Amino acid sequence: QDAPARYNLQTPVTSIAQQINDMHTWLMVICLVIFIGVFGVMFWAVFNHRKSKGAVAAHFHENTVVEIAWTIIPILILLGMAWPATRTVIDMKDTSNPDITVKATGYQWKWGYDYLQGEGEGVRFFSSMSTPRDQIEGGAPKGEAYLLEVDKPLVVPVGKKVRMLLTANDVIHSWWVPAFGVKQDAIPGFIRDAWFLAEKEGVFRGNCAELCGRDHGFMPIEVHVVSAERYAQWVAEQQAGMSAGTAAAVSVTPEDGAPAGVGARGLDVGLNVAAVADGKT
Amino acid sequence: MSQATTTRSFDHYFVPEPSKYPIFGSVALLLFGSGAAMWLNKVEAGPWMFFAGLAILIYMLFGWFGQVVRESESGLYGQRVDASFRWSMGWFIFSEVMFFAAFFGALFYARVLSVPWLASGDNEALLWQGFSSAWPSSGPYTPSRADPFTPMGAWGIPAINTLILLTSGVTLTFAHYGLLAGKRGRLTLGLAATILLGGVFIGLQAYEYVHAYAELNLRLDSGIYGSTFFLLTGFHGLHVTIGAIMLTVMLFRVLAGHFSAQHHFGFEAAAWYWHFVDVVWLILFVVVYWL
Amino acid sequence: MAAVTHDQLQGHQHGQSGLMRWITTTNHKDIGTLYMFFSFFMFLSGGVMALTIRAELFQPGLQVVQPEFFNQLTTMHGLVMVFGAIMPAFVGFANWMIPLMIGASDMAFARMNNWSFWLLPPAAILLLGSFFVPGGAAAAGWTMYAPLSVQMGMGMDLAIFAIHIMGISSIMGAINIVVTVLNMRAPGMTMMKMPMFCWTWLITAYLLIAVMPVLAGAVTMILTDRHFGTSFFNAAGGGDPVMYQHIFWFFGHPEVYIMILPAFGIVSQIIPAFARKPLFGYASMVYAVAAIAILSFAVWAHHMFATGMPAAGQLFFMYATMLIAVPTGVKVFNWVATMWRGSLSFETPMLWAVGFIFVFTIGGFTGLICAIAPIDIQVQDTYYVVAHFHYVLVAGSLFALFAGAYYWLPKWTGHMPSEFLGKLHFWCSLVFFNITFFPMHFLGLAGMPRRIPDYALQFADFNALISIGAFGFGLSQLIFLVAVIKCIRGGERAAARSWEGAEGLEWTVPSPAPHHTFEEAPVLR
Ligand code: HEA
Ligand code: HEA
Ligand code: CUA
Ligand SMILES: [Cu+2]
Repeated sequence: QDAPARYNLQTPVTSIAQQINDMHTWLMVICLVIFIGVFGVMFWAVFNHRKSKGAVAAHFHENTVVEIAWTIIPILILLGMAWPATRTVIDMKDTSNPDITVKATGYQWKWGYDYLQGEGEGVRFFSSMSTPRDQIEGGAPKGEAYLLEVDKPLVVPVGKKVRMLLTANDVIHSWWVPAFGVKQDAIPGFIRDAWFLAEKEGVFRGNCAELCGRDHGFMPIEVHVVSAERYAQWVAEQQAGMSAGTAAAVSVTPEDGAPAGVGARGLDVGLNVAAVADGKT
Repeated sequence: MSQATTTRSFDHYFVPEPSKYPIFGSVALLLFGSGAAMWLNKVEAGPWMFFAGLAILIYMLFGWFGQVVRESESGLYGQRVDASFRWSMGWFIFSEVMFFAAFFGALFYARVLSVPWLASGDNEALLWQGFSSAWPSSGPYTPSRADPFTPMGAWGIPAINTLILLTSGVTLTFAHYGLLAGKRGRLTLGLAATILLGGVFIGLQAYEYVHAYAELNLRLDSGIYGSTFFLLTGFHGLHVTIGAIMLTVMLFRVLAGHFSAQHHFGFEAAAWYWHFVDVVWLILFVVVYWL
Repeated sequence: MAAVTHDQLQGHQHGQSGLMRWITTTNHKDIGTLYMFFSFFMFLSGGVMALTIRAELFQPGLQVVQPEFFNQLTTMHGLVMVFGAIMPAFVGFANWMIPLMIGASDMAFARMNNWSFWLLPPAAILLLGSFFVPGGAAAAGWTMYAPLSVQMGMGMDLAIFAIHIMGISSIMGAINIVVTVLNMRAPGMTMMKMPMFCWTWLITAYLLIAVMPVLAGAVTMILTDRHFGTSFFNAAGGGDPVMYQHIFWFFGHPEVYIMILPAFGIVSQIIPAFARKPLFGYASMVYAVAAIAILSFAVWAHHMFATGMPAAGQLFFMYATMLIAVPTGVKVFNWVATMWRGSLSFETPMLWAVGFIFVFTIGGFTGLICAIAPIDIQVQDTYYVVAHFHYVLVAGSLFALFAGAYYWLPKWTGHMPSEFLGKLHFWCSLVFFNITFFPMHFLGLAGMPRRIPDYALQFADFNALISIGAFGFGLSQLIFLVAVIKCIRGGERAAARSWEGAEGLEWTVPSPAPHHTFEEAPVLR
């Protein structure tokens, strides 16, 4: 495992995340150059055009040519930035032809995963933070993956295109795995999608990235990217476990009844037919 | 200060004395806001504070506008104050337009974007099976209130109300011409007719609400259609009421002999406001009732 | 001085004194002063909340506050700073300075002006008081996203009504400013001769009139969703939670320019004064401000790149947002060109103004990086965004406010502020500001989400550093308090033209400015 990032974006393991990293570096360079240019000029003036050094003020206060120049040149620079960004946006939106489709549902405060299509179809479980209360309250030393560990991680095979469908049951959450370059809000009542294709095996961690109430800081995401064989094995284990009658424990309906707020007004997903009177009077 | 000469066109701008009214207004809104919040959360003192706030607010409005009227009648306001009033009324109405824009925006967004999204693709497959996008919509699914409602049709009361408001615009203009021509009788008549039409409008609107609740089962909580319908028409109705109150004040001022053919911005402001309310209704009629 | 005797004759003719004078005043200078004291008080309250947040985040684990309360603190810190501290402070400057700058005797609607101010304390009471109601204050973030805000307790209702009241105040204040600028200029003060500060405020006021009602509408819909069963933001009833975000940010993005354009105005007054050289490119500065304002209506969804908009939407909002860098760049370049070959001196106001340009530009660049949709996918809702907006809000708006305060204090109090204290305040603030907020960029890039009371271990070092910086920054602000109090109490007497290079009508009246100025319109050459 790589050491966790400290100064920069996390080491990318998907091509999208890689593109984002490169773009960020490229923008940093441009901004730095402009910055040094502009403030080089300014600090030159600050140090040399001082009254205390006998500088006498010039009286120019207009110059149409420079004004036009410093309008046009930034536009060109921006075009240089927009081009790669546009390509990445279009790539990010291409969720077609996935190998595996997983639905993730945000709950206050845990994630529910539901393998909908591809190898592992039918597997479903909840994933909650597993850091013990003790560590948070200072009663026990904090573990290495403090706050970023879950009881049941999401498992996906390496080198396969995974399409994530995101929704939520109560309030908005956001499913974010930095190393994949994926962040997608999970919006109650709507399905949004995103995709990733992990190029490397390993454990990748993220957080819920939209304020969702009290334990927003405590609903991490942990993804295990494994080899095809390990994945097949994992799927077999899950399916065995499910048919062995633990289904109750893995149902995606929240066991503690409808949550407060919107939930109480009926936002349990996947249900009924609309009751709309047709036609107009 | 070397330059102290006054130019002729630049008359002395009236700056009012210190006034006690604003602080009454502030206390009123404090009581109003906290009272409303408490009321909504079932704290007993809530309604009391709410109505106390309302009472103080009414006192403040009477006092404040009374003073403005007196100042105006005693000729303290020069032409530039008049110009200030014109600018401010215009921009105030613009701010009201933006307030309505938020709700019209919500209606547009729900109808054109989000309701179709709810019924499309993965959304329909996984969350709302069988929901097909339609307007009016009570939403994909409300388990507790699956009871159907009938949407409000356009060609009954709403069409009559449209005619009423359009007519009221005409009567108001008639009154204005009367004022400009110095014909007080026409002025009074036109103004009174306008107020009357406004009253009829509000009455019909109230009847329509009763009808909606009692017969159509169309309620505030009938999904997104009910939400947008009642908030848009409700806020419009509130503005008609405010406009009618303004016109009524103007009627009393007319009866008291205020206003001249040259100097009557109070009347004009109320008229502008009335026309604004009118225009909002026309948009409302088309996008809420008709389409 | 004729005006002084005039003042002595007139100043107290209304017979109000003590508290009643301040409660009933219709004088733009009194009201400006009230606005500024109010906003400084709110700044301290919001600052105390920020320091509590920083104390909790000093090290991993929960020590100082529990998560519910932490969320309340974050929410109220944002609301109090935005609506209580920064916006009223700028309105205070507008009240004091615009009539003086354009040669008007007062604001166009002096009585309504009083109400604009006196609506703020009730709003503040509702807002701050909500900490003490059952369930505590609103805890859904200052953005109050539905449906989380629909879940909240009574604190949310109080916040909603507070926003309504502040909205009324802002709209009245903005109308007053628009009318004053359009209708009260002295003869000869044409629009294109107006000081930049008046221009920036005119345009800001238009933004306010256009977007405050929209915010009022947004929170009203939350209110009815909470209590009256409407379904605006509830998909079960056919609504959409994301719709709230669209409406909110239609207000929210112009709002951030409401907080920066007057700052641009202040800086555009100060730089020429201490460069002893006219503002470079006045006309293009005006057009740039207008361009920023117009563009600001077309970029709101850059706060929503992670909601999953269609690609076309993302691209549109990305391009529009990037475009704003152009007019903002024009402003930065013009300031630098104003300094170029000037005769510069660095009294306290100028230090703050130059500091502003330097640090604000960093914030602008990080804004641009946020604007790139794919990169924003990584940094949205992380400390990178927190870093961005504190660079533009604290080092932008707040630094400009300090610059303006030191610049006009002589006019307000009649005494020169202490150069020593002012410079100490500046250097402490600049250093601690960067210690506090620069490392947030690293945290955000490395993946620390915002609005969390506890974090993973790899973020511990920077957070400790940030918290130390925050306390240093907070303490540095007390220097300002001391400097202002000393300046009110006494100090070197200020001349009418308190700074050598200062230009404008406000410097033609004595310092302190008499209670009534320009009752007879000045004549401009
Ligand atoms: C004073 C307030 C202020 C100002 C001025 C700005 C200015 C800008 N902001 Fe910022 N912003 C906020 C306050 C502000 N912002 C706040 C409060 C939030 C968070 C709200 C929340 O979620 O709570 C936010 C969030 C925010 C986001 C969303 C981030 C996210 O949540 O993921 C984005 C994304 O596009 C953004 C972009 C920009 C841009 C492009 C500018 C531009 O205007 C900056 C332009 C300036 C420059 C670019 C520098 C100077 C220019 C030059 C020297 C010219 C040459 C340069 C080039 C050609 C590159 N801002
Ligand atoms: C508008 C201006 C503004 C200003 C000036 C500030 C100022 C500061 N902000 Fe704020 N901040 C916001 C606007 C602002 N902020 C917004 C909009 C948010 C987003 C909220 C949200 O997510 O919803 C935010 C969020 C935010 C966060 C993220 C919280 C989270 O995500 O959970 C943090 C964390 O460090 C922070 C820190 C600070 C600090 C340290 C200061 C410092 O500059 C403060 C300086 C300190 C003081 C001024 C204290 C001085 C007082 C004393 C020393 C004692 C005085 C004694 C008495 C009162 C008697 N801010
Ligand atoms: Cu779930 Cu934040
Ligand atoms: Cu923005």
